[in-house]
Amino acid sequence: MLLKVGCIQFENNCEVGVFSKLTNAYCLVAIGGSENFYRLASLLGFTILSYCVDLILTILIDDSGNKNGLLLPHTTTDQELQHLRNCLPDQVVVQRIDERLSALGNCVACNDHVALTHPDLDKETEELIADVLGVEVFRQTIAGNILVGSYCAFSNRGGLVHPHTSIEDLDELSTLLQVPLVAGTVNRGSEVIAAGMTVNDWTAFCGSDTTATELSVIESVYKLREGQPTAIVDDMRKSLIDSYV
Amino acid sequence: MMPGSAPAASDAGMFVPAATVGTVLCCMCGVAMQPNPANMCTRCLRARVDITEGVPRHAAVIYCPDCSCYLQPPRSWLRAGPESPELMQILLRRINRPLARLRVSLSGAEFVFSEPHSKRLRLKLRLRREVLHGVVLEQTHPVEFVVHDRLCDSCSRAQANPDQWVAVVQLRQHVPHRRTFLYLEQLLIKHGQASLAIRVAAAPGGLDFFFGSRSHAARLVDFLNTVAPISTQTAKQLVSHDTKSSVYNYKYTFSVEICPICREDLIALSPQASRDLGGLGPLVLCVKVTNSIALLDPLTLRVHHLEEKKYRVYNFKAALTSKQLVEYIVLDIEQESPEISIDGSRYQLAFAQVARVSDFGKNDTIFTVRTHLGHLLNPGDHALGYDLYGANLNDDDMDTAMTRHNLPEVILVKKSYEKKPRTRRWKLKRLPLEEDAGNKAKGEEERRLDEYEAFLKDLEQDAGMRFNINLYKNEDYRSEMASTIGDDVPTVPLEELIEDLTLGDDEEEDEEEAGNTQAGMVE
Repeated sequence: MLLKVGCIQFENNCEVGVFSKLTNAYCLVAIGGSENFYRLASLLGFTILSYCVDLILTILIDDSGNKNGLLLPHTTTDQELQHLRNCLPDQVVVQRIDERLSALGNCVACNDHVALTHPDLDKETEELIADVLGVEVFRQTIAGNILVGSYCAFSNRGGLVHPHTSIEDLDELSTLLQVPLVAGTVNRGSEVIAAGMTVNDWTAFCGSDTTATELSVIESVYKLREGQPTAIVDDMRKSLIDSYV
Repeated sequence: MMPGSAPAASDAGMFVPAATVGTVLCCMCGVAMQPNPANMCTRCLRARVDITEGVPRHAAVIYCPDCSCYLQPPRSWLRAGPESPELMQILLRRINRPLARLRVSLSGAEFVFSEPHSKRLRLKLRLRREVLHGVVLEQTHPVEFVVHDRLCDSCSRAQANPDQWVAVVQLRQHVPHRRTFLYLEQLLIKHGQASLAIRVAAAPGGLDFFFGSRSHAARLVDFLNTVAPISTQTAKQLVSHDTKSSVYNYKYTFSVEICPICREDLIALSPQASRDLGGLGPLVLCVKVTNSIALLDPLTLRVHHLEEKKYRVYNFKAALTSKQLVEYIVLDIEQESPEISIDGSRYQLAFAQVARVSDFGKNDTIFTVRTHLGHLLNPGDHALGYDLYGANLNDDDMDTAMTRHNLPEVILVKKSYEKKPRTRRWKLKRLPLEEDAGNKAKGEEERRLDEYEAFLKDLEQDAGMRFNINLYKNEDYRSEMASTIGDDVPTVPLEELIEDLTLGDDEEEDEEEAGNTQAGMVE
């Protein structure tokens, strides 16, 4: 599998984390993006299951999910809910929850094992998250900010947090999440990490303003750099041998 | 867990976990740095962002070379020396508007040297501005001002017609001497009232002051009203008339006449005047002239203050003036009544036996008179007084008084001291007078000098007169120690002298000071 980082823009806006959601099982993209956006996504190993052209998909800050499930706010319409249920693979549980804090993307940051939530989240929501997404839930703040979902982005292999996070906080979060964490920026010094990039275990997409330094940090912390040539050749050899015989 | 909140909370006694700030990579160059709102290291910030963009680099100021003033639009001219704080203020005001528009604030400014004849003024400004998520950057920025020369309004008016005056104050006093004008000159210097005059000229019988505006002249007239008994008349003359804007230009003339009675004048009051003033003896001595005349009856020690307006009713002239003072020698003195003090001056009634110095030793003419100088005179002193015995007067009032009353033969006026030609410890400043070149009579110079000398002697003797004027320390004074001790000639004490302002040569002045204090005080 190719491991790569892509620098893209959605409608000339570098905040790609706002307009898309990337997990190990699926990727959701807002409508209105250009063809290039979708083409880049497919080049990196994704199949586009369907284009959501008929329905208006709400801005994707509003949901939170991992490969096990997808949680939607109460503002999602029934049609959208149905469409998502149809499109997504069957093992992904799509659930709509009633929660006062409806911008779930800002409030919850998760990977496939652990989730960090807004300290003021309801008890029921916390239980739902634990059930649907199959994760351990921790209430945390990041560098004093309560919107954990927007100031950090982590996958199963690593995570990037707000640059003002102190070293003690980093250690604490790292122990909770069991992944290496680094404090950094994205999109030329922007502190809102999750809005500027979206990541899963083998790919990351960043806004096109991201500088080379930031890209290298992202590649190293999410371990996206093991692009050995041998892996590529192994893949190709399988297909080659088939055709020979 | 904000990094800044730790000290505040620990003051309150709470346990706060330590929070060390980690390092982040600069997003441009990758160097490890402390996180800041822009998340770029300072070098990248400075390279990327130029806060002086849009701030003007050149500006212009207008300067008047005659009076070295700078124009502050729209109309005010401010005097400022080269590289002075006033100049800095003027220049900063010129570029204040564009700075404020760009939301750039000024945190410092200093002059960069430039040759004065280059007509350029250089400033180095330190500007501060907020960029990119709240980072405040500071940067220096040079500004160059081009100096344009233009005559300011007052200089151009002066250039066009240097003698142009709008108002004149003609100060006159119809007496043959100029003592009043010498004293008034010192008063004007002290109060700075003649500073606005374009020109001061001496005229026969007085002084002329020329002014550029009527209000300045009126100000001088008001001042004179408070210090001298004057009567004023005004006149104006049309010079030009602008038909379009209906502006009339005039020349104003203030004719100011000072009352002809001076100090130490002997006046014979007419019977009516004497009666009106409460039976003031027919002979009175004028002792003080301010904006009213103080008349002293030497025989009863009564002082009456006569205002200018009341004076105009009687309009009496002096019968004998200080030019006609005769020197007497006091043979014997007998105090009659205790010393009294009127208006700050002391008087004491006494009987004195005097003889004229011209008579002394030659014949036995002795006069026994009553005098008001009992506190000053001792036997053997010299005094100056009016000789009524031998005088030949052309005065109706005096004739009437002589027939009606028994007039004394001598009226003593003041004590005289041995004339010692010596330098004085103090000196006076003079007004820049233009002398009347056309009207010089023979011997006039000498007369003027004598009058001046007499004026200075008067100042030495009268502390009241000295109070109103400024005396300055004379640097050329050399103390004569041997001769001054034991002498009772009154001199001006050191406390009353003002240090004159001289530029340079500070060591000499210090020496002079030391010399003066060693000489000691002489009373």
